[in-house]
Amino acid sequence: MNRRFRWVLGLLIIIALIIVIIFYPPASLLEWQSISLMRFFFILMLCCLFCLYRILRGPTPADRIVAIDILGILVVGFCAVLGIPTGRPWYIDIGIAWALQSFIGTIALAKYLEGKGFEE
Amino acid sequence: MEIIAYIFIAVGLMFDLFGCIGLVRLPDVYNRLQASTKCVTLGTCSILFGLFLFRGFTAPGIKALLCIVFIILTAPVSAHAIARGAHISGVRLWDKSVCDKYEEDKR
Repeated sequence: MNRRFRWVLGLLIIIALIIVIIFYPPASLLEWQSISLMRFFFILMLCCLFCLYRILRGPTPADRIVAIDILGILVVGFCAVLGIPTGRPWYIDIGIAWALQSFIGTIALAKYLEGKGFEE
Repeated sequence: MEIIAYIFIAVGLMFDLFGCIGLVRLPDVYNRLQASTKCVTLGTCSILFGLFLFRGFTAPGIKALLCIVFIILTAPVSAHAIARGAHISGVRLWDKSVCDKYEEDKR
């Protein structure tokens, strides 16, 4: 019963957030070329919210490292989506630098986890 | 061409969303890693390819292709390193897991 209730609650939360994303109307917030790009941006923010949930409530440190890795790849997607409506060419430079730096950070955290050896 | 780019970006965002739902939903470190890394890598590569279709062969478009190459090269390597580190540091598998080949190989 408890597991079923939690499943239905999570599904309702996800459906509510997607409905808010689709029908949220501010068209003149940042002079976007079209509203659909703004909705793409909000869907990426929803993905980052899930990653932050896993970082906050991971049972082991390996879960947190996985979530940090996924967050680093998602930021590259943020830079790509931001580069389309604003027309600035340097957002994708930030994306390249962020991808390399996130890779190095994840490798360092994985080596740290390998040498630690905690008992669980 | 812009419509094809929008379709690529929308498909990539759907892959991202499903990968992150798998990151929240699945029961184990290895399951979460397996679901989220593949989905998010393919989704972000699809978003960058959509940006390339928007811009064409200008400076941001070619940088987007370069970024696709970087992500495809680095994401599986980091996922493999995380899985190996987690297994060595003693994170247990899920109760209903069937087999553990790495544990058999280490003996």
